[in-house]
Amino acid sequence: MSGVRVLVGTRKGAFVLTSDGTRKRWNIGGPHFGGWEIYHLKGSPADPNRLYASQTSGWFGQVIQRSNDGGKTWEPVDNKFVYDGVPGTHQWYDGTPHPWEFKRVWHLEPSLTDPDMVYAGVEDAAMFRSSDGGQSWHELSGLRGHDSGSKWAPGAGGLGLHTILIDPSNPERIFIAISAAGAFRTDDGGTTWRPINRGLKSEGIPDPTAEVGHCVHRIAMHRSRPGVLFMQKHWDVMRSDDAGESWHEVSGNLPTDFGFPIDVHAHEPDTIYVVPIKSDSEHYPPDGKLRVYRSRTGGFEWEALTNGLPQHDCYVNVLRDAMAVDSLDSCGVYFGTTGGQVYASTDAGNNWAPVVRDLPAVLSVEVQTLP
Amino acid sequence: MIRVVLPAHLRTLARVDGEVTLDVEGQATQRSVLDTLEARYPMLRGTIRDHVTQTRRPFLRFFACEEDLSHELPDAPLPDPVATGAEPFLVVGAMAGG
Repeated sequence: MSGVRVLVGTRKGAFVLTSDGTRKRWNIGGPHFGGWEIYHLKGSPADPNRLYASQTSGWFGQVIQRSNDGGKTWEPVDNKFVYDGVPGTHQWYDGTPHPWEFKRVWHLEPSLTDPDMVYAGVEDAAMFRSSDGGQSWHELSGLRGHDSGSKWAPGAGGLGLHTILIDPSNPERIFIAISAAGAFRTDDGGTTWRPINRGLKSEGIPDPTAEVGHCVHRIAMHRSRPGVLFMQKHWDVMRSDDAGESWHEVSGNLPTDFGFPIDVHAHEPDTIYVVPIKSDSEHYPPDGKLRVYRSRTGGFEWEALTNGLPQHDCYVNVLRDAMAVDSLDSCGVYFGTTGGQVYASTDAGNNWAPVVRDLPAVLSVEVQTLP
Repeated sequence: MIRVVLPAHLRTLARVDGEVTLDVEGQATQRSVLDTLEARYPMLRGTIRDHVTQTRRPFLRFFACEEDLSHELPDAPLPDPVATGAEPFLVVGAMAGG
């Protein structure tokens, strides 16, 4: 019988939640790497037992862990992330030049076809790749070396490269997003990159046509339609129908268009999910009601999904990497909160239940659908 | 023989219990001890010293013989009791944070 494995990164360790295909009873594994921040962990689509995890600490820096048995056991691999050449400077919060400094890995994206190839999105924003299962890392420096690189400035959470989407129809094409530089695309496997932010409008940017400076929180695509992208920007939910060449707003009737995650139903390319959050700076659900919003029309028209979610006195956040879907029928949707809950819906969002309630603050959620 | 005491999280990472004992070639200095430590436990590279600059990570300090050696030069000889194994070389994490 098929099953699911939910990989949860938290402020104090990693947890592996497993269930059979009914998704009714769950086994909670962990904590792994207790006491460390686990920004992200993700499995290889080509070998579901190959997992990678980003383990970080203000005391001890960055560690990358690898598992070959689905998260039962782990081994540390290389953690040396060194920028190519003389790193130069990006823009600091006050507009002054600031040297690039590696801080941590925000996101790990395994290749769709090769378990030993994995991309790492890091802070200060850069893209690294390993072709040997994490034993060594090399920067794809054409990204940071883009002409705009010296103008990139951090968002409140840092200058992090947090989203990596590989085009399933063309692995040479990769989309990435950086807070707060914007979205970028390569069409040559990571050698050269260009900003894809036309149509984004961000309050506070004097030039409405600025090619960088947008605080993109997350991008999502459906694997059957990689030219259509959905974006949760700091403010605004956006859509592109031309692989990022241009964007238009699809926030529609959302109660607030601020939020962090966005994801796409596994079987319905026009069904998308967001979690509206109150901002600036509050960063909790409006009216104390935790509501996922679903659009079945690729945006504009949204419905609140509330069954099983707290509808009073709820003041948690859902971070950008903390939502994922499985590919069972019907599609499972999962998200984790800064309050330590991981919620799951086994019916595409109509009904929700907590898988676990009392983890440390959740930083990331990924789901593997197992044969 | 040099005795090294690591903070708990690094002991877990290196999969060691208690003190680590090292045979250090040449004079016992911070650099030679940490080089030997990292050669035996490669997973500790970058967790005590920066990969590139080889400087001590900011929230770690080095102690021995009830002295803070954190600001000693990396090639300065460690105290004789450390070099002879009578006293351990302590890598200590800042006791702060959430």
